[in-house]
Amino acid sequence: MSILVNSNTRLIVQGITGREGRFHTLQMKDYGTNIVGGVTPGKGGDWVESEGGNIPVFDTVKESIAATGANTSIIYVPARFSADAIMEAADAGIELIICITEGVPVLDMVRVQSVLRQTNARLIGPNCPGLITPGEAKVGIMPAHIHQKGSVGLVSRSGTLTYEVVQALTDKGIGQSTAVGIGGDPIIGTKFIDVLELFENDPETDQVALIGEIGGTDEQKAAEYIANHMTKPVTAFIAGRTAPPGKRMGHAGAIIEGGEGTAAEKIAAFNAVGVKVATLPEEVASLIAERM
Amino acid sequence: MKLHEYQSKRIFADHGVPIPQGDIATTAEQARAIAEKIGGKVVVKSQVLVGGRGKAGGVKLAKDADEAEELARQILGMDIKGLTVETVLIDPAANIQKEIYLGVVIDRALQKPVIIGSSEGGVEIEEVAKTNPEAIIHLPVGIRTGLMDYQARNLAHDLGLRRTHITQFVVIVKGLYDAFVNTDASLAEINPLVITGDGNLLAVDGKIVLDDNALFRHPNLGELRDIQEESPSERQAREIGINFIKLDGEIGCMVNGAGLAMATMDITKHYGGEPANFLDIGGGAKADKVAAALRIILKDPKVKSILFNIFGGITRCDEVAKGILEALEQVQTDVPMVARLVGTNEEEGRRILAEANFPTASSLGEAAEKAVALARGA
Repeated sequence: MSILVNSNTRLIVQGITGREGRFHTLQMKDYGTNIVGGVTPGKGGDWVESEGGNIPVFDTVKESIAATGANTSIIYVPARFSADAIMEAADAGIELIICITEGVPVLDMVRVQSVLRQTNARLIGPNCPGLITPGEAKVGIMPAHIHQKGSVGLVSRSGTLTYEVVQALTDKGIGQSTAVGIGGDPIIGTKFIDVLELFENDPETDQVALIGEIGGTDEQKAAEYIANHMTKPVTAFIAGRTAPPGKRMGHAGAIIEGGEGTAAEKIAAFNAVGVKVATLPEEVASLIAERM
Repeated sequence: MKLHEYQSKRIFADHGVPIPQGDIATTAEQARAIAEKIGGKVVVKSQVLVGGRGKAGGVKLAKDADEAEELARQILGMDIKGLTVETVLIDPAANIQKEIYLGVVIDRALQKPVIIGSSEGGVEIEEVAKTNPEAIIHLPVGIRTGLMDYQARNLAHDLGLRRTHITQFVVIVKGLYDAFVNTDASLAEINPLVITGDGNLLAVDGKIVLDDNALFRHPNLGELRDIQEESPSERQAREIGINFIKLDGEIGCMVNGAGLAMATMDITKHYGGEPANFLDIGGGAKADKVAAALRIILKDPKVKSILFNIFGGITRCDEVAKGILEALEQVQTDVPMVARLVGTNEEEGRRILAEANFPTASSLGEAAEKAVALARGA
C-alpha cells in the first residue's frame, strides 16, 4: 500500500535530457523505480543510457503514454517552461505529476491550478524534493539511503529538513511508509490536508510527521483537519520561530505577511488540538518513538 | 522586488488609472521647476522603499514653488529607516473628499488573485484589518476570466460609492487588476484612491511588488531595481545564487536548504544565542561558494562564531568538508567555527575536519550549543 507511489508506478521524466533530469533519472532507476520513458521536445527517438536498460525519449507526453502506459510524471524542466510541462502532463492523462523545479512564477501556478482543478490529475510541488516509498519507488531528489521501510508517513514543505527527520527516525530503527515533500512555494498542487487524508486511509501508515514552516495558513488548516478527521497520531515541527516578518526565508512561500503566517500561530493551532510540536527536528523521532 | 511610488503610478497610468500629473526630481532646483509648471500647492514626496514615509517627515505639503524647493532640499538626502532619499516626487496637491484603499494580492488558500477594498483608505490595510476587519472587502478573481465589469460594480456598491463615480471606479479597478497581472506582481496597491472635491477619482499613492521569479518576462521592469532595497551583503549573495538575510544576532549560520536554515536559526536561539543571518547555500556546496558565503557572513562585525549545518544528501559531506577548509585558505579570520555534517560520507567529512583541527559536532543541538559557547568566548 503506502501512498501515491509504489511498485505499480510507471514513471516518465519530463526534461530527462537536461543535466538535473538525467542525473536524477539514473539515481531513481538505481533505487528500483520503474522509469518507463522520458520527454524532451525535439529529442524524440533518443535514448538515455542506463545500466539497468536504456530509457526511450519522446517528444511529447502523449506519445510517451501511448508507448509505455506511464501513469506518473516527474518534471525537471526550467522554471519558465514548468507551467507548460505540468499542463501537458495533465492534458495527456497523467494521474500524478511531481514538479521539482524551483522558481516557477506565482501567476503561472495560479493558471496551472485553475486548469488542474478541472482534471483528475494530482500535482505535487513545485519547488519540492518529490516523494519516496522506501523499498518500492523513489520519485524525487532525496538521498535514498537514509530511508527505511516502515509505518511512519511524512509530509513536509521542506527538503533537507525532512531528510533530517527521516535520518533521526531511521537511526532509531523507525521506518517510513511514504515521505512526501509538498514544496515551499505559495501556490502548490497538494497541501498538508490532502496528504493527511491519504495517510489516514493508508493501512500501512500508523503515525504521521508533519513538517511545516512560516507563511500561509496551511498548517492551521491541517490542525483543524487532524482534530476533525484523523485517528492516527500526528507529530509536528515548525521551522521559522526566529524568522523576521516581511522577508522571504529562501522558500518563496516562507514569509510572514501582514502579521500572518508566524510559527507561533501554527504551533498554537497544533497545541490547541493536542498535536505534539517538537522543538528540535530530531525530537520528532523521539516523540514518535514514545507512541510506538 | 519593490517598485517606487512614481514607478508604480506610471504603470497604473499606462493601464488607464488617473494619477496626479507630477514628476520626479533629484535636486531642489528640479523640484522647483516642476512645482512652477504645476502651479499652486504641491506635495513633495520622498521615494524610498519603506512604509511610514509620512510619519518620518518624508512627505510634505508646499504652498508654492519656493516652499517646494526648500522642502525638496530638506528631504533629499534625508535618512528614512536606514534608506537615503535620492529622489522626490512632486505631485499637485489633491483636494481630498474621501479616501479608499484598493489592492490586489494572491490569496494562497483560494489560489486566485483577490481584490481587497476598504472605504477606510489612507492608512495601512494591516491596521484596518486589526481595528475594523468588517471594513475590508475581499473579491476573488478568476485568472482565466479576469475581473468582470459586474464584479467591479459590485465592489463600488459595497464600498458605498455614489452612482456618479461608478463608471470611473470600474475603469480604475480593472486597470489596477490588469497592471497586477501584466507585470506579474505579488502586490499592486492604490492607497489612497481619492475622491476629489470636483468629484473625480485619482490614485494619489501606489505601490507594486514584483514576483522576482517572473522578472525573466519583464527585463524592462528588472532594470528599475533600486539597489537600496537590499543590503550590500544581500545583493552580493543574490548575485552568486545564495539565499541570505541579515539579522541582528552574533552567530553566523551556513546551512544547505531553506527549511533546515530556518530550523538552525531557531535552535541557535533555543540554546541562548541569536542568529546573525539566514543563509541557504543550496545544493552541492563547493569551496568557492562556501568561501563567498563565508565572506558575506564575516562582513558583519557583530558575528562572534559561525555554525555550519550541512545535511549531505546528493551533496557529499567529504566534499563539503574539503570546501570548508579550502574556503578558510581563501578567507583569513579569527572567528571560531563549528561544523555539523551528516548524511552521505559523514564519517569521511568529519575525519577531514578533525585532521585540520576544525571543531565538529554530531547533532544539531550539540553544534548550536558549541556555537553559542564559542560566541561567548568559552
